[in-house]
Amino acid sequence: MKLNRHSLRRMGALTRKEFFQLMRDQSSLLMGIVLPLILILIMGYGMSLDVKNVPTAIVLEDPSPTARQMVNFTEGSAYFSPVYVRSMRTAETLLAQHDVDAIIRVPQNFAADVNQGTAKVQVILNGTEATTAMSAQRYIEAAVLTWEAGLSVRSASAGQATTVSRIWFNDANTSAWFFVPGILMLVLTTSGVFLTSVVMAREWERGTFESLFVTPIKIGELILAKVLPYFVVAVFGMILCLIAGNVLYDLPMRGSLILLIGVSMLYLIISLGIGLVISALTKNQFLACQVSLMISFLPSVMLSGFLFDLHSQPLAIQIISQFLPTTYYLQLMKTLFLAGNYWPLIIRNGLILLGFAILFIGLAFRMTRKEME
Amino acid sequence: MRTAVIEAAGISKTFYPKKLPPVAALQDVNLIARTGQLTALIGPDGAGKTTFMRLLCGLMKADAGTLHVVGLDVAERPQAVQDELSYMPQKFGLYEDLTVQENLDLYADLHGITAAQRQERFARLLEMTGLTPFTGRLAGKLSGGMKQKLGLACTLVRSPKLLLLDEPTAGVDPLSRRELWEILQRLVQEEHLSVLVSTAYMEEASLCQDVYVLNRGRMLAAGTPEHLCRLAEGRCFSVLSPASFSLRILQSELLRDPCVTDAVPVGGRVRVITTTPAAVPAILKEHGWKKEPVAPRLEDAFMILLHQDAAQERQAVPGLSRTDGLIVDPLTQPVDIEARDLVRTFGDFVAVRHTSFQVHRGEVFGLLGPNGAGKTTTFRMLCGLLPATSGYLSVAGVNLRKARTQARANIGYVAQKFSLYGSLTVYENLRFFGGIYGLTRRQLERRITAVMEEFQLTEKADYVAERLPGGYKQRLSMAAALLHKPKILFLDEPTSGIDPLARRQFWQQITRLSAQGTTIIITTHFMDEAEYCDRIMIQDKGALLVLGRPDEIREKLHLPGADMNAVFIAIVEQARQKGNEGI
Repeated sequence: MKLNRHSLRRMGALTRKEFFQLMRDQSSLLMGIVLPLILILIMGYGMSLDVKNVPTAIVLEDPSPTARQMVNFTEGSAYFSPVYVRSMRTAETLLAQHDVDAIIRVPQNFAADVNQGTAKVQVILNGTEATTAMSAQRYIEAAVLTWEAGLSVRSASAGQATTVSRIWFNDANTSAWFFVPGILMLVLTTSGVFLTSVVMAREWERGTFESLFVTPIKIGELILAKVLPYFVVAVFGMILCLIAGNVLYDLPMRGSLILLIGVSMLYLIISLGIGLVISALTKNQFLACQVSLMISFLPSVMLSGFLFDLHSQPLAIQIISQFLPTTYYLQLMKTLFLAGNYWPLIIRNGLILLGFAILFIGLAFRMTRKEME
Repeated sequence: MRTAVIEAAGISKTFYPKKLPPVAALQDVNLIARTGQLTALIGPDGAGKTTFMRLLCGLMKADAGTLHVVGLDVAERPQAVQDELSYMPQKFGLYEDLTVQENLDLYADLHGITAAQRQERFARLLEMTGLTPFTGRLAGKLSGGMKQKLGLACTLVRSPKLLLLDEPTAGVDPLSRRELWEILQRLVQEEHLSVLVSTAYMEEASLCQDVYVLNRGRMLAAGTPEHLCRLAEGRCFSVLSPASFSLRILQSELLRDPCVTDAVPVGGRVRVITTTPAAVPAILKEHGWKKEPVAPRLEDAFMILLHQDAAQERQAVPGLSRTDGLIVDPLTQPVDIEARDLVRTFGDFVAVRHTSFQVHRGEVFGLLGPNGAGKTTTFRMLCGLLPATSGYLSVAGVNLRKARTQARANIGYVAQKFSLYGSLTVYENLRFFGGIYGLTRRQLERRITAVMEEFQLTEKADYVAERLPGGYKQRLSMAAALLHKPKILFLDEPTSGIDPLARRQFWQQITRLSAQGTTIIITTHFMDEAEYCDRIMIQDKGALLVLGRPDEIREKLHLPGADMNAVFIAIVEQARQKGNEGI
């Protein structure tokens, strides 16, 4: 494609038009800029693996002060909101109705058993909320051990108890650190694949392409002018996420920022390419949306190691993930954020991403033609 | 210099839709369009007009034949051709979220128009299209007619070597249509523009220097309008329907006569084309009614050509039996639908304002008006799909605001796009719809047999619905709507996208149904179909402009014998004079 004065002017006109549409159709901006911010807030704060205010039924079958003291940890704790009930049966009903997520039962003769060293506390958890249950269990265990430590003088238990609780209180931070690179990836995937495929499909669907085709515009100019605004939107969304990650979660930046932005742009080009290919194939907004969801968004979330660590996945999924550009991009991002400039990985993954970019952009140009079917 | 701007020879194009038999969209088509004049391409929907247009601008490749446009081989140099011509597709690609000015600027930039040229050109185009006061308005907020004019303006930001217009006036009101053609004729005169325009309106084609007739992918005839009219020479007559006989029934009976090629109600009379100049239809002989010879029009020639080309012989629609009550004046019948002071608003937009009317049993009642006039909203309120904001509405004696479900049991509804299940067969579709209406198995079987016979669907019982041609689909959806013997039948734009022959048949069915006492409410944007209606209601911008018998309206406007397009234009112009905003 030759870039001459006319060509630049035509591309300018189309880009300007695209920006007008972008500014007037808030949904695109919403998707490109507001959505990432919401994601970063939800995932950073809401999706941390911390559990707070677990409604807990407490059944005190032993009315002694010792028993009371034992469950005292639930009072004024940020992690539990206790409900005192008289019988085990009531507690079970509450659990079944999802009014509580855990039951702590202090059996009769608890105080006497403590003195003999054979005391038991029953803990029942709602396994349908697996994450909550697991966290609550560990909190309770830790609390009981702490109480025990205060009661007796066995130093071994005391040490164990404090160790367990320290892991937990750190967790909120690490999960945010772990999520931010993933959110950056999501932002680039949504802006790239979704927005591009939908806005291109819209032009096919509304018949605007048919009119544009029969003008001196070249197909390459059309594609470039079409994706440029969305490239800008995505880069803007990415920068917002970087700032938010830094300000809100003190995300470390151990590698080079320039390198990070560089590989992100490369990944963005891949996403745009995939979006273009999808729109050329479907030419229909609804279908484009569905296909984008199926082949880019969901695999990016589920199979790339964003939510689930790839090492703990079945072999089949590990193999599939090797064919997703997202996997390589995410590895790069995590390394650059949390580990630093580890060159062998950067070069290897960078080259793989470049290959994907050439493949998809090439396909996009090949498949988008000035033709009506 | 070349005198031909388009030279097409032996063009063929076949489509291969998935799971369906191949469609020969064009077969051995030849066409020559001369420089500096208007050439028309006419044909019913599905004739291949759009495919031909797309081939001309290089958006598709022909399977066979040679195609030269502005002296260039399109297959070899599509971009070079696209640089020279301007094309306005049927669905012109206006950007609805850009303003009028921004749309124009975009196309001017794409064509590389300099600022100096632009100023003069824009002023002229805006003045011509009457869009000058609306440059800041979003294109999506324009009326249908104005959108088409803006589309035309965008394609004309420069004076092209060839202008291609694909059905520029489809679905546009008659007044806007007339204005669009005035613009076209002016451009051809002033700029010696070469234009190829496709249209389904014959009166538009008669304004062109050359006319090509395309049907089912083949070129049936070509020539000047005068030349083509000669096909119908001596065979066109006009019959005045006596007061005791409704126009619709006379037309329907004439159409059944073997010596009649075509019959259509126009201007309060029936226009007949006979097979030979001397032939006299039986019904005229029987009653001693006269047929007066009239001058042939392009439409007459077109109908003759379509009949000659019709693949299957005309299927006879069952005639009216003696027991059918031939209602001459439905106004003497009881009221089936009553609307008083009906209003519907969407937010602060008034879609229908203070409308009152009554529809009588066995009446054919037409809702007419351009897109956006409020006819669909009115229609939806009548069949209980949309609650009225205020006002009284009763259908078949049931107050629609209180008992919508009960009212629905009395009505049949044919939706605009024929809501059929494409993958079910004709029989399965009918079974399904009958089940919905709650017919028992025995009733259902009996009714299915009856409606399939009535609508000539028996042979196609095992055909999958999506593989049926448009006319069949329309009959099937009518049959489905009539399974539960409704008192009132609602039809929303039932004739759009159907070829003229199928339209004639459709109106024969309607005539018969109404003679049997079914009340019919129909919307249409074909103004000439108003002639079939007992009474029509024309709306514009939500307001009722006129209500009455076609003859009555003509009389009121002092336009005796005028066709419905002229009537519509007169009504809208009158409304404008009264100080309404007009269209």
